[in-house]
Amino acid sequence: MKINQLSVFLENKPGQLSEPCRALAKAGINILTLSLADTQQFGIMRLIIRDWAKAKAVLEEAGSVVKITEVVAIEVEDHPGGLADILEAIEHGGFNIEYMYAFTFGREDKAVLVFRFDDPDPVIKMLQDNGISVINGVDLYEQGQ
Amino acid sequence: MTDFVTDNSIWDVAETMPLDQLRELQLHRLRRTLERVAEVPFYKEAFARSGVTSTKIKTLDDLRRLPFTTKKDLRDHYPLGFLAVGRDKVARFHGSSGTTGKPTFVAYTNEDLNIWSDLCARFLVGGGLRPEHTVHIAFGYGLFTGGFGLHYGVERVGAAVVPAAAGNTRRQIMLIRDLGADVLVCTPSYALNIAETTRSTGIDPKELSLKFAHFGGEPWTEDMRNQIEAGMGLLAFNNYGLSEVIGPGVSGECPVRNGMHIQEDHFIVECVNPETLEPVGEGESGELIFTTLTRQAMPVIRYRTRDIARLYHSPCPCGRTGVRMSRVVGRTDDMLIIRGVNVFPSQIEEALLRVEGTAPHYLIEVGRPGTLDEVTVHVEVRPENLSDKMSRMQELRNQIDREIQSITGLRVKVNLVEPQTLERFVGKAKRVLDHRTEKNDA
Repeated sequence: MKINQLSVFLENKPGQLSEPCRALAKAGINILTLSLADTQQFGIMRLIIRDWAKAKAVLEEAGSVVKITEVVAIEVEDHPGGLADILEAIEHGGFNIEYMYAFTFGREDKAVLVFRFDDPDPVIKMLQDNGISVINGVDLYEQGQ
Repeated sequence: MTDFVTDNSIWDVAETMPLDQLRELQLHRLRRTLERVAEVPFYKEAFARSGVTSTKIKTLDDLRRLPFTTKKDLRDHYPLGFLAVGRDKVARFHGSSGTTGKPTFVAYTNEDLNIWSDLCARFLVGGGLRPEHTVHIAFGYGLFTGGFGLHYGVERVGAAVVPAAAGNTRRQIMLIRDLGADVLVCTPSYALNIAETTRSTGIDPKELSLKFAHFGGEPWTEDMRNQIEAGMGLLAFNNYGLSEVIGPGVSGECPVRNGMHIQEDHFIVECVNPETLEPVGEGESGELIFTTLTRQAMPVIRYRTRDIARLYHSPCPCGRTGVRMSRVVGRTDDMLIIRGVNVFPSQIEEALLRVEGTAPHYLIEVGRPGTLDEVTVHVEVRPENLSDKMSRMQELRNQIDREIQSITGLRVKVNLVEPQTLERFVGKAKRVLDHRTEKNDA
């Protein structure tokens, strides 16, 4: 039920973002979604990519430092309150969210939330017990086509 | 129970000469040297000014009445003003690596080359070299003394030399593997480069056949030694020398590895405060001053090395009697003065090596954007250090910052950069980019 996310270290200077993206483009790799975290000194680009293993190899070949992390993707109704309900469930379970980001694709009425937890397994169990739809990798990638 | 890291083999019994005999020999050789340089214009003038001649040198303490020789003096007499023999006696020229300006030439007679070979053989044997070994030399072989000096030392011992010279790291690794080298000779930073490149080809550097390494040519730290030894599975020995004095072979470690024995039957060493030029106390750091005792072509008297180190006179369990010198902790001229604090690049390196998994590839950038000096230390991020969590990455920066502060007392700006973006050096690493001195030079 967990998705492999790629994190790429970026120096804070012009061209740092385009270089890894260009490398992926040349290899014909499509980015499902990405999110950027930045400080004054450096940034981290987090990517969701169907063929994450190939993407990692391509990025490393291009000179990037890449780390793979497991994240949890949740499908949510694209309407007001959709996110709040899920956050509430996580909060009640006493779980700490390291970071999250959201994106929409394919089906117009659904959005996908990506969560990073220190230990994702108990969170996934809790979400499923609460009837919240945790997406597995195959479904996410298929919908993204 | 003595802590020898390898067998304590001694190449030349002269290394264990009793101190009273050694001092007597030094005095005798000093007088001979003063006679040899009497017609060198610089010394002729300097001796006339100070009223000192070889006959007035009664004890070794009288050495202090003699003038110093500086790098500037050598430059002022470029190219061969310090030559003490006829050109027909010269068998070889070498030069300083010339990191700044013109090189400084050094000349050798055949006898000089013969002695040089022996001096290198001494520390190589002290650090594990045996006749059955194969030695991979990844030092430059040109005017630079490192390549040839070590080469001669290895030949003198009777081991096999692979004169790989500098450059093309992947080829170096191929040679080390295919010829099964037992001993590696290069700069310590290049050894790290070799280890890193080996790893990047999917081979554990520990699987290489290397058992010993002899490093010199640039200052390094004990932490760096630990890292190289653990990463490459070998024993690393430090040696010291400078071309103006002879090249490598001035001093080297024994199997106790508690300082490098200075080959006192061939050199007199002093350790002085670089400001006052007065001797420092036992074990205190100061500038090393060397007087050559057996050089023929180009002897130097009280040569100021600008290398900062400490001297230890306590007896060494290995039996060698030559005084031991510490690592070179810095140079009087690469010492950075940051907001009034003296900082050596080696201290920054030490701090980085304390932070787990930090590569010792770094660049110190010093500037003065306003009225205050600012230091930025650029450090390469390694895959094992990367986290997708911002907090963890900030913590890495803070940790580096704290270590640097605890060692140097300075707050610096830590800049994490992508791996393999800082320049790799085959010879002497340039670790400092000082924009303040650029302005002064302009």
